[in-house]
Amino acid sequence: MPKELWKGNEAIAEAAVRAGLEAYFGYPITPQTEVLEYLSRRMPELGRAFVQAESELGAINMVYGAACTGVRVMSSSSSPGVSLMMEGLSYIAGTEIPAVLVNVMRGGPGLGNIAPAQGDYYQAVRGGGHGDYPRIVLAPASVQEAIDLTALSFDLAEKYRMITMLILDGSTGQMMEPAEMPAMQEIKRKNFEWATNGAMNRERRILSSIYLNPLDEEKTNLRLLTRWQDVQANEVRYKEYFLEDAQFIVIGFGTAGRVALSAVREARAQGIKVGLLRPITVSPFPYEALEQLTGQAEAFLVTEMNTGQMLDDVMLTVRGRKPVEFYGRPGGVVPFPDEILNEIKRIAAGPVPVHSNPRVSWLHRATAHA
Amino acid sequence: MQKEIIIAGFGGQGVLFGGQVVAYAAMDNGKDVTWIPSYGPEMRGGTANCTVVIADHEIGSPLVKNPPLAIALNLPSFDKYEEVLAPGGTLVVNQSMVDRAAKRDDIHVIMVPCNEIAEEIGDKKLMNMVAIGALLTALPEIKVEDVEKALKGHLPTRHQHLLPKNYEALKRGYEHAQKEWDKVPA
Repeated sequence: MPKELWKGNEAIAEAAVRAGLEAYFGYPITPQTEVLEYLSRRMPELGRAFVQAESELGAINMVYGAACTGVRVMSSSSSPGVSLMMEGLSYIAGTEIPAVLVNVMRGGPGLGNIAPAQGDYYQAVRGGGHGDYPRIVLAPASVQEAIDLTALSFDLAEKYRMITMLILDGSTGQMMEPAEMPAMQEIKRKNFEWATNGAMNRERRILSSIYLNPLDEEKTNLRLLTRWQDVQANEVRYKEYFLEDAQFIVIGFGTAGRVALSAVREARAQGIKVGLLRPITVSPFPYEALEQLTGQAEAFLVTEMNTGQMLDDVMLTVRGRKPVEFYGRPGGVVPFPDEILNEIKRIAAGPVPVHSNPRVSWLHRATAHA
Repeated sequence: MQKEIIIAGFGGQGVLFGGQVVAYAAMDNGKDVTWIPSYGPEMRGGTANCTVVIADHEIGSPLVKNPPLAIALNLPSFDKYEEVLAPGGTLVVNQSMVDRAAKRDDIHVIMVPCNEIAEEIGDKKLMNMVAIGALLTALPEIKVEDVEKALKGHLPTRHQHLLPKNYEALKRGYEHAQKEWDKVPA
């Protein structure tokens, strides 16, 4: 199929439709609203379910109900709205049913602003909802990647009976890029052995997240963790740039990752041997790829549009063997490439100490300039 | 090759669509391209802008601090982008909406009376296309015919009858800018 110019939010909506989305429930919020707006037109056209719920709480619980029937279901929102969905998300995780949720992140905490941000990494990757549950989190950095990962997210959610989240920031949602849309898939309802889709001529099934006996709940927790081992073994995705001979390695996801690519190219042009690792799955995190790079690298630079969240995952892997530095722009500010280039040059000029806390040393540098 | 363009003006001046037309032309020429609008509170009245990046490789940052190319369709945009344009860059200014000359002498400022030219063609809404035409004199990667093809290929059927006037606007803008370049000492 030829490439067309797609806006990130609309591309996600259409990619979900083509992947067989049968039901969408959502509530408008900038900078995500185009997903909902697009589907409000597209879903009824195809005779599929679209509901603008009364709130994000309503939307996520409608997702919960529809997911129990085994159809492909999705919601989307932006940071404050996703916070409202956290209870429902935990219930979906506890019930072990597949669902896809898109978070087009904006500046926070609180009402914050509508500018692009990556402050919800912890919420997405570490939990957000209560209880002990794993979830798959994909971080597209371009419109094409958003399309590809939307399609993938439904497959992963079903394969592992797990929530799959897409986290992107407002700029990827609003940006237009040439992209190729996959062909329309026919809706193939899978005969899941757990789906509550009508018990005519078969025994009734019960889906629930209630395990009143703690021993049963413990068993459930262990089952979820065992399933997560499979995800970690099979589903790690990342993209490497100029890493073969890199002495210095930048790590960033989503927009921070692609802005870093511009900086890495410029640093290369200036003769600095620097590369970029851009995680595509931030959960499961590419720990092993990073472990490999820890031998090769003289120092790492983590760059994010927050105050250092993925930084923790990098430090968990590097464990003080090599210096890790941090550069962040939180609150809805998108860094320009020259800011990251300056950090690369500072680190390449060396020597860089192994900090016990790179976040604090970054904060000192950041506030000294202000 | 990578080039960045910022197009700025009042909401309603066709800033975002102008950028999309350039993006379509670049895409049809096989380039990688990004188009990103300002989508904040400023889009609700006041100024609007979009950034278009065109490259032969996978594009990193979709935003740029010091673009080599810009279009300012009004005075606030002229004030803002004259300051940040990269040295040696080209700024197309809608002369109809500004009341001052350029301050910097290390950039090329091409003054084009976009409103007047558009009105001569018969539709003042074509002013963005006049400016795009002028911009193309500093963007050899995209020809006027490429933009014409992009308009034809991507404009909805209900707007296709507007194509001839759009083509004329592009051409008039390009020709006017050419004359301005001729005045620049070599």
